[in-house]
Amino acid sequence: MNLTELDLCGLKEAIDAGRCSALEATTAYLERIEALNPAINAYHEVYAQRALDQARLADEGHRPGPLSGLPISIKDNLCTEYGRTTCSSRMLAEFEAPYTATVVKRLEAAGAVILGKTNMDEFAMGSSSEHCAWGPVRNPWDTERGPGGSAGGAAAAAAAWLCAGGLGSDTGGSIRQPAAYCGVVGLKPTYGRVSRYGLVAFASSLDQIGPVTRSVRDSALLMNVISGHDPLDSTSSSHPVDDFLAGLEEPPARLRIGLARQYLGEGNHAAVKAAVDQAVKILSGAGAQIIEVDLPHTEYGIPTYYIVATSEASSNLARYDGVHYGHRTRNAKDLVDLYAASRAEGFGDEVKRRIMLGTYALSSGYFDAYYVRALKVRRLIRRDFDQAFENCDVLLCPTTTDPAFVAGKNADDPLSMYLNDVYTVNANLAGIPGISIPGGLAEVDGVALPVGVQLLGPMFEEARLLRIARLLEREIGLGLCPPVVSRV
Amino acid sequence: MTASGLTYPGVDSARLMVGMEIHVELATRSKMWTSAPNVAHPDHFDARANSLLDPVVIGMPGVLPVMNQRAVEMAIEVGLALNCRIARRCKWDRKSYYYPDLPKNYQISQYDQPICGEGEIQIPASTEAGAPMKTVRIIRAHLEEDAGKLLHEAPGGFPIDFSIVDLNRAGTPLLEIVTEPDLETPEQCVIFGQMLRSICRHLGVSEGIMQKGHMRFEPNINVVIEKDGKTYKTPIVEIKNLNSFRAVEGAVRHEYSRQIEEWLETGRVMGQRAKTTRGWDDIRQVTTLQRHKEDADEYRYFPDPDLVPLEVDQAWLDRLRSRMPEMPAALLQRYVGDYKLNIKDARALVEEPGLTRFFESVVAERVEPKRAAAMLLNYGQKRANERGCGVHELGITPAQIRQIVELADNDRIGSSAADELFGLLCEPDMENQSVESLATERKLIQVSDDSAMASWIEQAIAEQPQAADDVRKGKMAAIGRLVGAVMKASGGQANPKLAQQKLREALTA
Repeated sequence: MNLTELDLCGLKEAIDAGRCSALEATTAYLERIEALNPAINAYHEVYAQRALDQARLADEGHRPGPLSGLPISIKDNLCTEYGRTTCSSRMLAEFEAPYTATVVKRLEAAGAVILGKTNMDEFAMGSSSEHCAWGPVRNPWDTERGPGGSAGGAAAAAAAWLCAGGLGSDTGGSIRQPAAYCGVVGLKPTYGRVSRYGLVAFASSLDQIGPVTRSVRDSALLMNVISGHDPLDSTSSSHPVDDFLAGLEEPPARLRIGLARQYLGEGNHAAVKAAVDQAVKILSGAGAQIIEVDLPHTEYGIPTYYIVATSEASSNLARYDGVHYGHRTRNAKDLVDLYAASRAEGFGDEVKRRIMLGTYALSSGYFDAYYVRALKVRRLIRRDFDQAFENCDVLLCPTTTDPAFVAGKNADDPLSMYLNDVYTVNANLAGIPGISIPGGLAEVDGVALPVGVQLLGPMFEEARLLRIARLLEREIGLGLCPPVVSRV
Repeated sequence: MTASGLTYPGVDSARLMVGMEIHVELATRSKMWTSAPNVAHPDHFDARANSLLDPVVIGMPGVLPVMNQRAVEMAIEVGLALNCRIARRCKWDRKSYYYPDLPKNYQISQYDQPICGEGEIQIPASTEAGAPMKTVRIIRAHLEEDAGKLLHEAPGGFPIDFSIVDLNRAGTPLLEIVTEPDLETPEQCVIFGQMLRSICRHLGVSEGIMQKGHMRFEPNINVVIEKDGKTYKTPIVEIKNLNSFRAVEGAVRHEYSRQIEEWLETGRVMGQRAKTTRGWDDIRQVTTLQRHKEDADEYRYFPDPDLVPLEVDQAWLDRLRSRMPEMPAALLQRYVGDYKLNIKDARALVEEPGLTRFFESVVAERVEPKRAAAMLLNYGQKRANERGCGVHELGITPAQIRQIVELADNDRIGSSAADELFGLLCEPDMENQSVESLATERKLIQVSDDSAMASWIEQAIAEQPQAADDVRKGKMAAIGRLVGAVMKASGGQANPKLAQQKLREALTA
């Protein structure tokens, strides 16, 4: 049996039944990472010895819990007391955090084995995982293409069976879009559902950590572990946490599925359209009512997002100045030069571009026209969703307009890259949860590529999203296996 | 210089206008946004450089701020003392600027929604007795975090060609209070500052140690000049970071004449140039130019997305209001008005909040306030001075002070015995000591017993026959020598008043 073939829940069953040990599973993943990571570049750092030790302790019964002995990857923007936390940036190339993120503590307290840290777009800014100081991440379905981003490493690792499951972060689609491009399940929880303490901030009011997994049930399993209030994060919610695995196999009764005109226009790839149509068919076949809803402010999502996100980023990233930690230039003439040169050397172009955009938007004279107005539009977008959810339980829509694009395609055209987020950013602006699951395959230039379908739900309705996603997953039943997987 | 209409050579009148910005470091246990210890709390005054840090203080990637509720309460308490409107809802903003002592390169502050809004406070217009009161209006008071410190020489004063960052102070809760330009003399600036310091100390929100920078003053100064029937306002100058009342006094005084001189020379008035910042040179006793603000500051304020807005509900506000101690002005009024203390004693009791509370607990023991004040300020103060502590820290308890007073009132001890007992009760481990048994043990109780007194009187008359004769002849002045002899014979235990009475009976009956 190839142990890396199993999803998290499958491996958990195998370990619990004594069919394999955590050490065997971890060893299998480490071997596979060694063989495949050079081609995929999903991981920046692998904690092999530590992972083996954790697995051994789990086998000895010292690390009980819902994730006991399960090998999991974490995105390289989650701080850990061991290894480095680089955010795929030269700025933090050697940065060793003195503390561990709350979510990672929760994973480890649940018995998880942390395999390593996955690559990403620098500081989570990008939709391709090309803006990574440690080289571009490759899509396991076609290594000429990117895995999407920013959690491209997490999605590629899950798809290529380089981890049993992983954690990413989603600011404007950074979990869901790469999940769609790589044919895996990506959940962005409600804002405040999961603690951000220890997540290196990109845009604080939008960032949310979530699972990137091979199955819906794995997503539920990880959500059970990472959700809940954290006294170290003032924006984390005290809303009660559901048991996301309970009732997962039972689809909610009298479902009302909302379809928004604004998400189903001409711009979508035929395979994307087909995937949504298929999902609609499955759901109505299961007795769901299909309702058309209107989200009139959808088109303002991208500009609003790029003002809010860059404004917050310009402030969040001000701390990387070469004084207290991180990259420091070698030959500074004076203090201002130290700041300027350290930042010029440490940050990549996309990060600089966004810091400049955000600094501009917050400057006096522009603040009201950009930032304040963006907050107003953000409220309208949130209201759109509130009104839609009065008439339906969830919204069904594509995750992206197209399947994964060829690496470097948008290198000189940041606007095209920003448009990648068109179906995902609004959930972040509104704070609502969204999940992307594999919806089918597209054939592009003779290559089979996955496309995603997305479900968006009201605040704190992750359990509902997961149950409907599970229904779709069962019916679509692709059991997707990218070519690179079959090579090893 | 007086309050208004003063003259200055070359002008008809020149009226000083000062608005004050005051930064108060709040003495919470932990910092504003994290559980790391606060350098403004007495337990951490002398902490080694960079020893009060955690990842939040250093602004490490991924950390998040969590509001210190006690700091908010302290800010509200100061606001209540200054009669400010307390915001029911306010938010936190980021103020961006780059400096090595500010690890995040933004300061979490309050931009347009301060926790405390408009208020006012009454201060004496001068230090002269019977000076009228005047109102100083408060514009706002907002809560923020302090920055760290840059050291340009190594500890011990050694020169270095780099700078050292000490982040112990970074993240200390800081309350910034801003007044209207209602202060009209350097003296008023100091009176206001001292009043505010006293309020903060009575509230227990700050130790108010000026040398440690617990309170830093930034006066905004200009002068309204009248000449030839026309009015001219000099440009506003802000003096940065004054941390002694002497510096406040000196800087305001110097700036008054400097601005008039400058106006006479250049004719420059307000509005032609943005606000100028000057510093205070303590050695030369002059203000010196720091910078002209040619452009408005670009701080890129925006609401901090890591924090939720602060809600202050009525119950919380009521609870804080009910806990408010009496403020120094009210205490002074009560001590002089109700307790009939003289103003000097009243001030001395109010000066130190610990002493005020101790005095109140002595009075609560039903010791007459004047007696209590005298005990504390005479017997207590000299011992406190010797030990370098407060009267309330000597160790003697209010109940023991009452017992001393009772013994004295019943003529069972004399005043020197009372003083001696007070001293003995300040020794270690005396807090459970009964005063009466201590006095007995130390033979400090005056003996009024007839047979003992009779024999001491007999002995005294025998020893001082001349004095006894004088008394018999009506020269009553000589009785003092006889009383002295009685005291000597009794080993100090005789009640001198009774001795005198008995001597008189024995010699003149």
